[in-house]
Amino acid sequence: MTAVDLAAPADPVAVAVRRHGPVAWFKNPWRRPRILETITWLYLAWSLLPVLIAVLFSFNAGKSRSVWQGFSLRWYWSDPNLSVWNDTDLHTALLHTLLLGVLTTVIAVPLGVAFALGLDRWHGRLPSFWNVQMLLSFVVPEIILGVSLYFLASQLPVYTPFQPGTWGQVIGLVTFQMSYPVIIVRARLLTIGKQYEEAATDLGASPIGALRRVLLPMLLPAIFASSVLVFADVIDDFVIVKYLSSSAVTDTVAVKIYNTARGAPTPALNALATLLLIASLGAIVLGYLGYRFMTRGEGKSSLESFAGQL
Amino acid sequence: VSAGSRRSRWLWPGLALPGVLWLLVLFLLPLYVVLCLAFGSLDPIFRSPVPIWTPWNWETSQASYVLHHIFGAHDIYGPAIIRTVVFVLIASVLCLAISYPVAYFVSRFGGRRKGLLLTLLIAPFWISYMMRMLAWVNLLQTDGLVNKALSVGGLFPVHVAWLDGRPATVILGLVYGYVPYMILPLYAGLDRIEISLIEAARDLGASRWSTFRKITLPMSKPAVIASLLLVTLPMVGDYFTNDLLSGSPSTSMYGNLINNAVLSVSKVGEGATFLIIMFIVLLVPMIYYVRATARAEGETV
Repeated sequence: MTAVDLAAPADPVAVAVRRHGPVAWFKNPWRRPRILETITWLYLAWSLLPVLIAVLFSFNAGKSRSVWQGFSLRWYWSDPNLSVWNDTDLHTALLHTLLLGVLTTVIAVPLGVAFALGLDRWHGRLPSFWNVQMLLSFVVPEIILGVSLYFLASQLPVYTPFQPGTWGQVIGLVTFQMSYPVIIVRARLLTIGKQYEEAATDLGASPIGALRRVLLPMLLPAIFASSVLVFADVIDDFVIVKYLSSSAVTDTVAVKIYNTARGAPTPALNALATLLLIASLGAIVLGYLGYRFMTRGEGKSSLESFAGQL
Repeated sequence: VSAGSRRSRWLWPGLALPGVLWLLVLFLLPLYVVLCLAFGSLDPIFRSPVPIWTPWNWETSQASYVLHHIFGAHDIYGPAIIRTVVFVLIASVLCLAISYPVAYFVSRFGGRRKGLLLTLLIAPFWISYMMRMLAWVNLLQTDGLVNKALSVGGLFPVHVAWLDGRPATVILGLVYGYVPYMILPLYAGLDRIEISLIEAARDLGASRWSTFRKITLPMSKPAVIASLLLVTLPMVGDYFTNDLLSGSPSTSMYGNLINNAVLSVSKVGEGATFLIIMFIVLLVPMIYYVRATARAEGETV
């Protein structure tokens, strides 16, 4: 009887503590990483809550950006002078931002795709040199590119197309953004390999025919992803757009925020930023759905590969 | 056959040509213009910059003026440069301290929630940088929500003027602004590590910590360096975060020196010199990044 008692666990509570207590929890090699999990969720709250609060205050009925005075759409359209809808400066900025986004994407993506194909298949020292230049234009701090483009525009005679203003901004943005499609398309070319193209030429297709009917369709997801990326990045751009802006008419939302945030802004500025956020989210949701449609049947989680493209 | 192959020989250079021309005229030429302005002269009457296009006629008066005011006895630019180094170092280390655990958690333990977590991690990418700064300008006003939270609903009156030239605010802004750009490449790098290697280490008795120290950490080193560069390089040229969250010369950084010089006509040459110094200093990390990327593309540079 006593022997059994000795063999049996002396105290079930102590065992339970040893098995489930903090020390045991810490020593369990397969525990869930609670600390990492906490850091992750804290980070996410820290990164997103301030923006959500800014969005919330764009619906404030009063002028304050820190005291809630009731819900209204005053700063979007009902205020006769200060709302985004009625203040010409504000809605011009929004429309100009979207215009730059569309124009830059339409020029930078075809240019970048052709550049990527050329750099990938043309061998020698010359293409490697230009590949390095392309990567350099990708990694160079934006202020270097922005200021040097601003200097170039200020030195060129006024009859050249590269002058401050909408087209100057578009040309500057294309220079900065072209590397995105190049990098993304080259990564895709690497995974595709050469065998499909070779099969097409073996079956009698010309190199241009193989490019058009085999390679380009396979590159479509990458081209699409880079278009979404370029568009979203352009509407967020500040440095190049600011240096190449000619007047208040070519100021974008980012420039408006920069100019007025430290003055005496009304929640209309938050409303303007929120509208841009909606445009950006719209582009990314459309982009994701489109990407999922194009890469259906490729196995890998489309969200992950889409994120990998970024 | 010969006509076709001749055409195809020119196909790839032809496709690359527009991009080559674009980079030549709008990337390399502007950099040359910067040199010509930095080594140019000043119009004696209008004090406007006069570029000198021929390198053998370059004047060094403006460049040496800048150098003398960075180093010599009149180091009016010295403090801003030291500040830039300190701010960027602290902000980069903080970025890494936040990014690594988050990226590690999502890549290793994301599980069923991985999609949601990734979406939330990508979200700041799609929110305009300026909007994210505006959000903090709102929160950090003297009557803003941060002071209200600190005063616990008015119990202790707190009137900290966060936006009046505080280094801590600027560093917070830099970390907040650039951390998303670090998390994603870090996540991609960590996610690429073969899970079987980690499982093998664990199966052979290594603890979680020593597995991390001996397998994960060394294997993630390239991703750590690349993501640090992706964050540090733009931070060095950042002036708008500083302008929005401080606006005071007591916190101004190298980017502010450049921007302020470029915007005043008589200082364009000095601005160009600042730009060249920055380009030279950052050339080594930039080339490192370019080489690493090109190697990943399977090309030797």
